[in-house]
Amino acid sequence: MSDDNSPRGAAIELDDVSFGFDGARMHFDLAVAAGTVVAIMGASGSGKTTLLNLIAGFEKPEAGRVLIGGRDVTDWPPSARPVSMVFQENNLFAHLDVAANVGLGRSPSLRLSEKDRTDVSAALEHVGLGGKERRLPGELSGGERQRVALARVLLRRRPVLLLDEPFASLGPGLRREMLSLLADLQARLGMTVLMVTHHPEDARALAGHVAFLSGGRIEAFGEADRFFSDTGPQGFRNYIEG
Amino acid sequence: MAVRDEPLRRGFPIEPRVGAGLAALAAIAVLIGGAFAGMIGEAARDWSGAVSAFDGYMMRVARFTLWQAALSTLLSVVPALFVARALARHPRFFGRAAILRLFGVPLALPALVAALGVLALYGRAGYFAEPLGWLHGGRWPGIYGLSGILVAHVFFNLPLATRLFLHALETIPADQWRLAAQLGMNGRATFRLLEWPVLRASLSGVAALVFMLCITSFTIVLLLGGGPRATTLEVAIYQALRFDFDPARAIALIGLQLALVTAAIFLITRLGADAAADRGLPVAPARPALAGPLERVLNAVLILAALAFVAGPMAAIVTAGLEADLARLAADPAVHAATATSLVLAVLAAILSVSLAYAMVSARGVLAQAGRRGRPSLLERAMGEWAAFVLVIPPIVIGAGWFVLLRQTGQLFALAPVMVVTVNAVMAVPFAIRAIRPAHDAAAARHDRLAASLGMSGMSRWRLVDWPVLRRPLLTALAFAMALSLGDLGVIALFGSDAVQTLPYLLLQRMGAYRTADAAGLALFLGILCLLLMSLADTRPTARR
Repeated sequence: MSDDNSPRGAAIELDDVSFGFDGARMHFDLAVAAGTVVAIMGASGSGKTTLLNLIAGFEKPEAGRVLIGGRDVTDWPPSARPVSMVFQENNLFAHLDVAANVGLGRSPSLRLSEKDRTDVSAALEHVGLGGKERRLPGELSGGERQRVALARVLLRRRPVLLLDEPFASLGPGLRREMLSLLADLQARLGMTVLMVTHHPEDARALAGHVAFLSGGRIEAFGEADRFFSDTGPQGFRNYIEG
Repeated sequence: MAVRDEPLRRGFPIEPRVGAGLAALAAIAVLIGGAFAGMIGEAARDWSGAVSAFDGYMMRVARFTLWQAALSTLLSVVPALFVARALARHPRFFGRAAILRLFGVPLALPALVAALGVLALYGRAGYFAEPLGWLHGGRWPGIYGLSGILVAHVFFNLPLATRLFLHALETIPADQWRLAAQLGMNGRATFRLLEWPVLRASLSGVAALVFMLCITSFTIVLLLGGGPRATTLEVAIYQALRFDFDPARAIALIGLQLALVTAAIFLITRLGADAAADRGLPVAPARPALAGPLERVLNAVLILAALAFVAGPMAAIVTAGLEADLARLAADPAVHAATATSLVLAVLAAILSVSLAYAMVSARGVLAQAGRRGRPSLLERAMGEWAAFVLVIPPIVIGAGWFVLLRQTGQLFALAPVMVVTVNAVMAVPFAIRAIRPAHDAAAARHDRLAASLGMSGMSRWRLVDWPVLRRPLLTALAFAMALSLGDLGVIALFGSDAVQTLPYLLLQRMGAYRTADAAGLALFLGILCLLLMSLADTRPTARR
C-alpha cells in the first residue's frame, strides 16, 4: 500500500542541513524517495518537530539545502512549498466553519468558485464528515477536527504530507480509524508522508520506513520491518523497550 | 520567487508591521521627549531659579507626598488582606459576585467623581456631617486635608488590593483545600500554611502598586487636600504653572516628582509587581467551606464593613446627583458643549491609543518570532515591557513639560485639544497593550504556522484570521481608553480655558464657583458615562472552543 513509488509523490532530501536554537545543535542528512511513508520516532527533544519544520519552511537551516522533488526549496516560504502539514492541534480556525476551513486549502483568501465548493463537500464526504459543512470546530470531537484537516489535505493535493503527532490526543480506537483513513488517502494520492509519532503500532500499521532521531541527528533510517525485528538498531530498540 | 509577508525569513529589510511599530514608538518618544526638552531647556536657561526653588516648602511638600502615600498604602493593603481572606473563605454566598463587581467599580470611576462622592458623604455639608459632628463634639469641620485624601485613596485602593489578593488566594489548588479539610486544620493553621504563603508572595507587589498610584495621585489631592499643609508634588506643579506662573519652581518640582516615581518604579520592578493592575474578576473554585460559626460572624462583619465603606461614596454620588436640578443641567449649553468636547476628544484619544498599541503589539510579535532563538532584542523589549512604564510618568508631568515648552508660542490654550488627546492616548497605551496582546499572541501562536502554510497573507489574513479574533480585545481597549480619557482632569486642568472645556473641567469650575449641586449632577453623569464604557470593556466573549 505504501512503497509504490507513485509519481504523484515527491522525493525529499535534506542535504547537510544544520540548525540550532537554545543551545541545541541539530544536523540532518536524509533522503526519502517519492511516495514513501516514513514514521519519525525518537525521544522528546530529539528534533522530530524541527525536522518537519525545516521541510515545511517554518524554520530556515543555518547551512545546507532542503530539496523537494529535486528542487532546492531552502529559501521558499512555507506556502510556496509543495507541502501540506497537519499539526497535533490548532489545524482549524475556531471562528470559521468546517467548509471554510477546508476551502482555505483551495484559496487562502477564501474566494471559492462553485466547483471549489463542490470539491470541499466531496472531500468532507470522503473523510466521513458529509453534511457537516456548517459546523464550527468547537462543535466537533477531536477526531472529527483532525478529519477536517485531512479533508483539506485531500483538497490541496500537495505531493508531500507532514504530520506532527496528529493523533496523539485521540483514544486507541479512534487512532486506528484515523490511521486507516490516512492510509487510504495515501493510497489514492500517492504522496510522500512523514509522520512524527510515539506509537510503534502507528509505524507498523502505516509506515514502510522508520527514521529514528536522537540528539538532533538521524541515528538510523530504514525499512520498518527491519526496525521492528531482532536486528533493528540498538538505540531504537532501547527507545521502544524503555 | 516573490517572498511577501514572510516573518520567518532572516535578514528581511523592514517588515511593514515592524515599521508601524517603530512609528508608534517614535510618536510616544516625541511626546515624552518634547516634555523633557521643555523642562531641560527652561532649566538650562535659568538654572539658578530651579535650584533656589529647593526650599523648605518644597521639602515639606515632598515629605507630605511620601507620607500620605505610605499611610494610604498601609490603610488600603492591610485591611484588604483580611477582606480578601474572608471572601476566599466563603466561595459561595448570596451577593458575593455582586460585591466583587462593586469592588471593581472604583477603578473605573474617574478620581474626580470619587472625590465628590467622598465629599458628599463626609464633607462639611455631607450626609454624615451631623452624626460625625456629634462624635466630634461640635460642628463637623469636613474632611479636607490628610484625612480626606486618605479616605479617597482607601476608597480606590482597598477594593483593588482586595481583588488582587483574592486572585492570589484563588491560585491555591482545590486539592490543597481538600487536604486541609481532611487533615482537620483549623483556621489558624490553614492561614499559616495555605493562605499566608500566597498572600505574602503578592503582598509586596500589591503594596508597591498602591503606593505608586498614591504618589502620582493628582485629582484627589487637588480636590480634597487643603492649603500648603496637604499638598503633593503634582498639585504643587499645577499650582506653580497655573497660579504662580513660576516655571523654574515647576521644573524643580517635576524633577523631584520624577525622582520619587523612578524610585517607586525601581521598587515595583524589584518586587515583581505588575505595573498595570489586573482587572480580571476572579472566579471561585470548588472548595469545601472551612469556617466555623465564630469565624463566619467575623468574616461577615469584615465584608459588610468593607462593603459599606466602598458603597457609601458611590451611593452618595447617586443621591447627591439626583438632588441636583438635572433638567436645568440637561438644558445648559455649557454642559452640551463640554459633553461634546469630552466625547470627541475621548474618541480621538481612544483611536490613537489603540492604533499605537496595536502597531507595537504586532511589531513585537514579528520581532519575537524572528529572534526566537536569542535573547529578546532591545527593540522587542521596548515594544513589550518598556511601554508599560509610560503609565508611571504622570500625565501632569508630561503636560507640564509641554506647557513650559509651548508657553512662548502664545497658542497655549489653542493647543489644549491636541495635548489632551495625545497625552491621554499615550497614558492609555499600556492598558490597551494589556487588552490586545494576550489575544494577539495567542492567536499568533495558534494560527501563524497554519496561515503561513496555507499562504494566507496581507488583507485576506487580516480579514479571515486576525480581525475575528481581535475584534473583541480591540473594542475593549477602545472603550477603556475612552473612559480613561473622559474622566481625566490632569492635562485639562493645565491647558483648559473658557474656550476648551471638558466635562471634568466644567465640573471643577462649578465646584470652584460653589455650585455644588451642579457639580454633583455632572459627577453622576460623568460617572455613569465612564461606568458604561468600562462595563463595555469588561464584557468577556462567551467561551467557545
